[in-house]
Amino acid sequence: MHEKSVAALAAGLASGEFSSVELTRHYLDRIERFDGDLNAFITVTAEQALDQAAVADRDRADGKAGPLTGIPIAHKDILCTEGVRTSCGSRMLDNFVSPFDAAVVARLREAGAVSLGKTNMDEFAMGSSNETSYYGLVRNPWDHSRVPGGSSGGSAAAVAARLAPAATGTDTGGSIRQPAALAGITGIKPTYGRVSRYGMIAFASSLDQAGVLAQSAEDAALLLAAMSGFDERDSTSVDRAVPDYAGGLAEDQREKLRGLRFGLPKEFLDDGLEPGVRVALEEAIKVYESLGVEIVPVTLPNLPLSVPTYYVVAPAECSSNLSRYDGVRFGYRCEDPSDLEDLYKRSRSEGFGDEVKRRIMTGTYVLSAGYYDAYYLKAQKVRQLISADFKNAFSEVDMIIGPTTPGPAFEIGAKTDDPITMYLNDIYTIGANLAGLPAMSVPAGFVDGLPAGIQLVGNYFDEQRLLGVAHGYQQVTHWHTQAPAAYGSE
Amino acid sequence: MSWEVVIGLEVHAQLRTRSKIFSGASTAFGSSPNTQACAVDLGYPGVLPVLNGEAVRMAAMFGLATGCSIARRSVFARKNYFYPDLPKGYQISQYELPIVHGGEVSIRLEDGTEKTIGITRAHLEEDAGKSLHEDFHGLSGIDLNRAGVPLLEIVSEPDMRSAREAVAYLKKIHTLVRYLEICDGNMQEGSFRCDANVSVRPQGQTELGTRAELKNLNSFRFIEKAINLEVERQIDVIEGGGKVVQETRLYDSDKNLTRSMRSKEEANDYRYFPDPDLLPVVLDEDWIEARRAELPELPGAKRERFVKDFGLSDYDADVLTSARETADYFEQVVAGLDDAKLAANWIMGELSGALNRDALDIERSKVDAAAMIGLLARIKDDTISGKIAKEVFEAMWEGEGSADEVIEKRGLRQITDTAAIEAIVDEVIAANPTQLEQYRAGKDKLLGFFVGQVMQRTAGKANPGQVNKLLREKLKG
Amino acid sequence: MPLSSKDVENIAHLARLRFAENEVPAFTDNLSRIIDFVNQLEAAPVGDAPPMAHPLDQPQRLRKDVVTEKDQRAEFQKNAAAIEAGLYLVPRVIE
Repeated sequence: MHEKSVAALAAGLASGEFSSVELTRHYLDRIERFDGDLNAFITVTAEQALDQAAVADRDRADGKAGPLTGIPIAHKDILCTEGVRTSCGSRMLDNFVSPFDAAVVARLREAGAVSLGKTNMDEFAMGSSNETSYYGLVRNPWDHSRVPGGSSGGSAAAVAARLAPAATGTDTGGSIRQPAALAGITGIKPTYGRVSRYGMIAFASSLDQAGVLAQSAEDAALLLAAMSGFDERDSTSVDRAVPDYAGGLAEDQREKLRGLRFGLPKEFLDDGLEPGVRVALEEAIKVYESLGVEIVPVTLPNLPLSVPTYYVVAPAECSSNLSRYDGVRFGYRCEDPSDLEDLYKRSRSEGFGDEVKRRIMTGTYVLSAGYYDAYYLKAQKVRQLISADFKNAFSEVDMIIGPTTPGPAFEIGAKTDDPITMYLNDIYTIGANLAGLPAMSVPAGFVDGLPAGIQLVGNYFDEQRLLGVAHGYQQVTHWHTQAPAAYGSE
Repeated sequence: MSWEVVIGLEVHAQLRTRSKIFSGASTAFGSSPNTQACAVDLGYPGVLPVLNGEAVRMAAMFGLATGCSIARRSVFARKNYFYPDLPKGYQISQYELPIVHGGEVSIRLEDGTEKTIGITRAHLEEDAGKSLHEDFHGLSGIDLNRAGVPLLEIVSEPDMRSAREAVAYLKKIHTLVRYLEICDGNMQEGSFRCDANVSVRPQGQTELGTRAELKNLNSFRFIEKAINLEVERQIDVIEGGGKVVQETRLYDSDKNLTRSMRSKEEANDYRYFPDPDLLPVVLDEDWIEARRAELPELPGAKRERFVKDFGLSDYDADVLTSARETADYFEQVVAGLDDAKLAANWIMGELSGALNRDALDIERSKVDAAAMIGLLARIKDDTISGKIAKEVFEAMWEGEGSADEVIEKRGLRQITDTAAIEAIVDEVIAANPTQLEQYRAGKDKLLGFFVGQVMQRTAGKANPGQVNKLLREKLKG
Repeated sequence: MPLSSKDVENIAHLARLRFAENEVPAFTDNLSRIIDFVNQLEAAPVGDAPPMAHPLDQPQRLRKDVVTEKDQRAEFQKNAAAIEAGLYLVPRVIE
């Protein structure tokens, strides 16, 4: 069953080929069997999952089934789940049980999806390799000596290894798209404001956006439609109707692709791009050209500054967002604090890992007296320029195409000594976060047996076209159907 | 050397919204600890602030009432610091772009002249919780019910030159926020708080001296005392060859002294930056004009109207308009009575005394405006004298009923029957031949004696006008 | 410009973090490298570009002034390490 897409599983449930309880048990068994090595899950909620599956089966019998009713999924452990530990990959929240569900979690549950559990992630979503988790690193299902990417590395590994048909993720600088590319699956980060951030533990509020990791654009469309929409509890949520993304894909994409203009920014083809990924991108471009797409060179002149801009803005916001972890109301509290300062300093130093501390320190520094203008304010101005670059490009083209990452999955430990080389892995993805644009990563081939992804960036709220463009590609290619041998068919 | 005192005030007025500024938790005062602190107020992981529109409206009303500009675009910023009563490790406030800026109010000085005090800005922010220092085995307890209550921080220019002026300004702001019904003004419960920036400089010097910030000034009396103490302290320091250091000082009303707050001395670096969870507050012209149209009559305008329309003195008009509720009471009474002076005298006299004695607000007065009309009408139609009316008022206050009921029950109706009064006047004259002789010899002052005698015999119920008239006639002989 | 260990100490205090003596050199080095890296922004020709705090170009929505929250103290305090009489306990606050 697990090689099936969400759409196919939904058809199986609808035809009575299997029940949701059977399907859920099947995935739970796979998690049991494979996750010891992968470590994609922090918490598996087997009992709850089976209860939810039973409810889904009853709903189906009562004729109350939607497209996601009874479909098992996994949630990144950054999303609050009522009554279930929500750790954010940190010792700080190892003992934290959320009293409420995140909007994303609640919406998917209301749509009938069954939650298998909470997936591993870089601590507080700060990382590009899933090596900073308090719960240990996650292995790439394609090669256990390599990272799955991050920060949604657990979700990516779980979907790639077919331990879940689809999973939620969050993307602050590429945390959905980069692991999707490295794990050979499809990932979408929608427009900032499309999905409510309520109950999604904040890393950098002006950049964070939840999205989906799935096998295909079609599956991503099903989940994204259920997750999206206005939420009055989030001031940055946009009140705008959500199209029927999956329904929209039923239309003939080839017809829709013909005549579209894709911009290929020359800044995406820099020296850092490894030849294997470049080849995959060139091949994908040929596919699109064969589908009638016109590829146009464009320029995003300020994009090379996106990584330093991001590493001012994101740490600044994070340093403030993470001040609430003080050992008083929730989370880790040190033993026997001698005074107030000791309570704060030891709880935070013992509760946070090194990368989180580095970001808090960086963010505190760039906001501090005497440095604010030179760093934070300057970064905000550069952010404006980067955003304007995208706006200019979209005045000429319908979509931007490029690589998702400079190279395929790297070896575990390869980039842990130097934060800068790790940060540069997000060089192609960060721009979309700074501008708030929707973007996807789509599997587009292999480099020495490791998956490579291409990135598509759409205009604001153009998720429907973005998904359509990815789906059109997936209708004529097979990269997205590939699963690592050890996790393929029974 | 003679010194000039320079004072600027920062007022924190809790806005009278039902729910908090960024959450749907109640703002009611006095609930059990932490029962009104919801996930947003507690800074739970994943929660987000959503701005209460009522707080925005109230801030704008204040701005319009003080001639300030209302920002078409204002921005919330985070003020970052660690403190146990600050759950998120930052306070959401406004920094570079406050909602209200650049206005003024005028205060009346003791010599009767007016002085203008500039308002630099007023911005919205969230209140913090409270640390309770009772002993929990050497620990402090944190109550976050107050966390997230909306505050309007009103910052004045350093325009005040004495503690008295500071108090006059503060009273003016206090009156204003209550007129606007945006703050209940309760200083005891902390819904109207004040910090004072105080410095001194040699008379004639233009640059400002180093200031100290005084905190914990929770009554008008304490503010005046604390500022005067601080001024003396600073002058002593300078005249003793020392230097005033910029610091925060806490006023201790028990010991009547100010002391340095060491814990806050460490240089703060608040790392303000725009709150990325909130978007800019944008107010358009139409919205602002609609708020302007909602403004009630303000104390200054009301005072002028009271002088002009009712012929009140400046002093009476000032007192009656110092609180909107008092002015309302007065206007209700005048509407039913048509004697403003009588109404003013009774409200400022008997009523005010009784309210003070029982520590009641005028809205909870045991004699309401309608009852007051009933009483004063009986003075005007000569049913009772002013003196008897005081007795009637006391009885009404104690719940004995309306003025008419009390007059009836206690038999206080004035004697206006001329024949009856004449008979008593004759009796009194007959009983006091010596005084009669003296009076007729030119000792006019004895008229009072005869009046007193008549009143004694009638238990005060004889109409004083009639008594006077009859006595004058009869004493002439 | 490399940061000194004193700089790191000051920033750590603002952030209420504490580093063991043997951690300080590595953190100082890492932080210096990050700051060096973001120093690229210095040369960026921003001209009069307005600072962009947020990707959304829309105003703040205003909430109706309605009490929607109920008392959930018991639920919330399950996550707290030290409570008494409904209060969160911390080492003595000295003012």
